[in-house]
Amino acid sequence: MSQPAASTADRHPMPGMMVYNVKLGMWIFLLSEVMFFTALIGSYIILRFAHPDHFAEPGAVLNVPLTAFNTFVLICSSVSMVKAYAAITQGDQKGLKFWLLVTILLGTFFVGVQVYEYIILAQEGFVPMAELYGVAHEIEGAALYGATFYTMTGFHGTHVTIGILCMWFVLYRAWQGKYSADNYGGVEIMGLYWHFVDLVWIILFTIVYLI
Amino acid sequence: MAGNGEEPRYFLIWFILFVLTMAEVGYAFLALPQWLLATGLILMALWKALLVAIYYMHLKWEPKRLWILAASPLPLAVILVIAVLTEF
Repeated sequence: MSQPAASTADRHPMPGMMVYNVKLGMWIFLLSEVMFFTALIGSYIILRFAHPDHFAEPGAVLNVPLTAFNTFVLICSSVSMVKAYAAITQGDQKGLKFWLLVTILLGTFFVGVQVYEYIILAQEGFVPMAELYGVAHEIEGAALYGATFYTMTGFHGTHVTIGILCMWFVLYRAWQGKYSADNYGGVEIMGLYWHFVDLVWIILFTIVYLI
Repeated sequence: MAGNGEEPRYFLIWFILFVLTMAEVGYAFLALPQWLLATGLILMALWKALLVAIYYMHLKWEPKRLWILAASPLPLAVILVIAVLTEF
């Protein structure tokens, strides 16, 4: 705790929302993210209703088992993140660092699998902006499917990547002993962001891969 | 944040999320009408999303007014989709 006074002030419940300012700020940011992903998912749903023949059946193009496994990996990373939070609320520095590192590794694995999936799909001719997506799969209108798929999953992957970078910073601060049982705001708001990313993927996986 | 002497069951929630994910994948390939498949899958996805929000994001232990704040974009999201749908 290099700045105990500031940290304590940050963690005081505020009169309005009864949560400390940084946490309230993260919640408001996440609410704006809800609208951002709603625009993407909403556009996908509308386009799919309007042009059902431009979209493939579940499993016809996308690798559902692989992505289901990857979804499970992201869910596991949420557990490790919440364990990191639980550890520091108990003042467990070792547990905090261990679970943060596990979360980083799982998140990196998730992004790695997504990149691998992109490479395989691209090799099969399923690329964003493709004019003739159906070359390999005999489905017309591939450009629409490819554009929506890569836009949604790409933006989500970017969010995961940003989360991993931020978590390295949180881990660095944890190594410096900046967090304690009385000062864990940074870990908590990092967790809020990470769980939100997990939550978005739960919806995306269902909408994009299964329906 | 978690508190009030109640110990969150993080691994139980993880197990439920795992089972729901497996159930989703199995359900998606059943020979059912499209509307029934879509409804079931969306309900399971919402269930999973709620579990994450309530237990992992600790909404269960937050003040009620934060619940209201967290739910505030949902009607706006519906309005956005309907508005675009009518313009399409």
